Amino acid sequence: MIQVKEITKFFGKKPVVQDVSVDIASGKITSFIGPNGAGKSTLLSMVSRLLNADTGEVLLDKADVRRWKSDDFAKRVSILKQSNFMNVRLTIRELVSFGRFPYSKGNLKPEDEEKVDEAILYMNLQEIQHNYLDELSGGQRQRAFIAMVIAQDTEYILLDEPLNNLDMKHSVQIMKILRKLVDELGKTVVIVLHDINFASVYSDHIVALKDGRVVRNGPTNDIINSHALKEIYDMDIPVQEQDGCRICVYFNS
Amino acid sequence: MKIRYLLTATIVLSIVSLFIGVADIKPSDLLDFHSEETRLFLISRVPRLVAILLAGAGMSIAGLIMQSLSRNKFVSPTTAGTLDATRLGVLISMMFFTNVTYFQKISFAFIFALAGTLLFMQILNRIKFKDAIFIPLIGLMYGNILSSVTTFFAYKANIIQNISAWLQGDFSLIMKGRYELLYISVPVLILAYIYANRFTVAGMGEDFAKNLGLSYKFVMNFGLVLVALISTTVVLTVGLIPFLGLIIPNIISLFKGDNLAKTLPHTALLGMSFLLFCDILGRVLIFPYEIPISMTVGVIGSAIFLFMLFRGRAYA
Repeated sequence: MIQVKEITKFFGKKPVVQDVSVDIASGKITSFIGPNGAGKSTLLSMVSRLLNADTGEVLLDKADVRRWKSDDFAKRVSILKQSNFMNVRLTIRELVSFGRFPYSKGNLKPEDEEKVDEAILYMNLQEIQHNYLDELSGGQRQRAFIAMVIAQDTEYILLDEPLNNLDMKHSVQIMKILRKLVDELGKTVVIVLHDINFASVYSDHIVALKDGRVVRNGPTNDIINSHALKEIYDMDIPVQEQDGCRICVYFNS
Repeated sequence: MKIRYLLTATIVLSIVSLFIGVADIKPSDLLDFHSEETRLFLISRVPRLVAILLAGAGMSIAGLIMQSLSRNKFVSPTTAGTLDATRLGVLISMMFFTNVTYFQKISFAFIFALAGTLLFMQILNRIKFKDAIFIPLIGLMYGNILSSVTTFFAYKANIIQNISAWLQGDFSLIMKGRYELLYISVPVLILAYIYANRFTVAGMGEDFAKNLGLSYKFVMNFGLVLVALISTTVVLTVGLIPFLGLIIPNIISLFKGDNLAKTLPHTALLGMSFLLFCDILGRVLIFPYEIPISMTVGVIGSAIFLFMLFRGRAYA
C-alpha cells in the first residue's frame, strides 16, 4: 500500500506540489489528471523516489520510501518517465532483460530469462525482439519500455504520460494492456494522463490536481461530471454517456 | 563484426609487430635463448607489443565507459579534457617537487585526470543545449584551456621540453622497465567488465537507472575513476593517443549496439588491432625511421572521425 502524506515540493521558491495526501488503492488503475503545471508528474516522481519531497513523506508498506534499499524498492515499484528518448542502442530483448536488473544485476538466471520471455510475449513483441530500439516506431518503443517494466515484475507500476506522441490506435492498445495488467496480474497502476477521456474510460480512481493541490480524489464516476470538471479545469464540459463510458466533450466548451 | 575475426586480426598483427624493426630478428633466432636477437626481442619488441595491446584496449574501453556515462557518443578522454588534465597534473608534480618520484607523478596525474573529468561532467550537467556535436566541442575547448595553462607554467618554469614529451604518443621509447605501469590497466579492464551491466544501465539515464535500483552516483564516479586510471597510465608511459577512445567504441556500437557486457571484448580487440596497425604503419613508412603513433593514429583517426560525423548524425 502506498500512502502519500502531506508532501510539498518547491522548485526554487515556487511550490509545485503543496500539502498533498493521497492513498493509492491496490489492484486498481489510479489516474492523475489536471491542467498543465498542476504538479502531476512531480507528485509521481516523489512517489517513485526520483525526487525527494521537501516536507511530508511517501510510505510504501508503512515505511518511508527514502528508507527502502534501492534494490528492494526496485522490486516493488517501477516508474516509466515521460520521455522515452534514449540514445542507447539496445535491442528490445536487451532492454527487457535489464528489467531484471534489480534481481540479477545483469547476469540472467533461467528464471529471469523466463520472465523476459513472458514480458515480450505479453507485449506481443516476439517478432521484433532482436530489433534495435532506434529502428522502432513510437508505439513499438513504448511497448518495449512497458515490457521492461513488466519484466521488472513490480507490484506498483507508475507511468508518466505513456500516451505522449502515440496515435489513437496505439494509445488504446497501451491502455488496454494496462487494464489487463491490473485485471489479470493484479498489478497496481498509477498513471499521469493528459487525455481526460482515457482517464474516464480506463481508470478506477482519479486524483485531480490543480496548482499543486488535490482538488478532487475519488472513484472515476465521482470525478467525471460537469460540476467536478469545472472545478478542475475551469471549463464547462458536457459529459455524455456512450456504451457505458462517460465521454467529456470539451472541444468547443 | 565477429569476435573471431577481430581476434585473428589482433594475433596476426601482433606477430607482424614482433618481427618488424631495424634489427632483423627471425623466429628461428629465438630458439637460441642466449643470442643477441633473443635479448633484443625480450627487452624491446615484446614490451612494445604488450604496451600497444594494453594502451589500445585501455583507451578504447575508457572511451566506451565515458560515452556510456555521459550519454554522448562523442565524449572521450580526448574530447573531455581528461588527457589534458593528466598532463597538467604531471606538470604540477614536476614544479612542486624538485626530485619528483615516479609515484608522486602518477598520483598527481591521476588526481588531475579524475578532477578534470569530473569537472567536465559537471559542466555537462549544467548545459541545457545537449546537441551531440556541441558537447565535444565544449570538451575540446575545455581541454585546450587546460592545455594552455600547462604550457604557460611549463614555459615559466623552463620545462617546456619535458612537457612536450607527453604531447606526442610514441612507442619507440618503450622497453623493459619503462612500460610496466601499463599493467595497472589489466585489473581496471577486468573491473570494467564486471561493471559493464551497471554502466549500460547508467547510460540509460538517471531516472531509468534509479528505477532499476542502481546507485547511480556511485557507478558514475566509479566509472570515472577507471577512466582516469587508464588515461594516467597511458599518458605517463606512451603519451597522448588521440581519437582512439572516440572512434573505436563508435564503430563497435554501430555494429553491435551499446550493451557493454556484449561490446566490451569487441571494443578492446578492435582498439588493440587498430593501434597495432597504426604502429606498424608508422614503423614501415619511412623505414628505418619511425613516425610517432600519435601522428598515424591522429591522421587515420581524424579521417574516420570526420566520416562518422558526416554519416553519423542519424545514430549519434
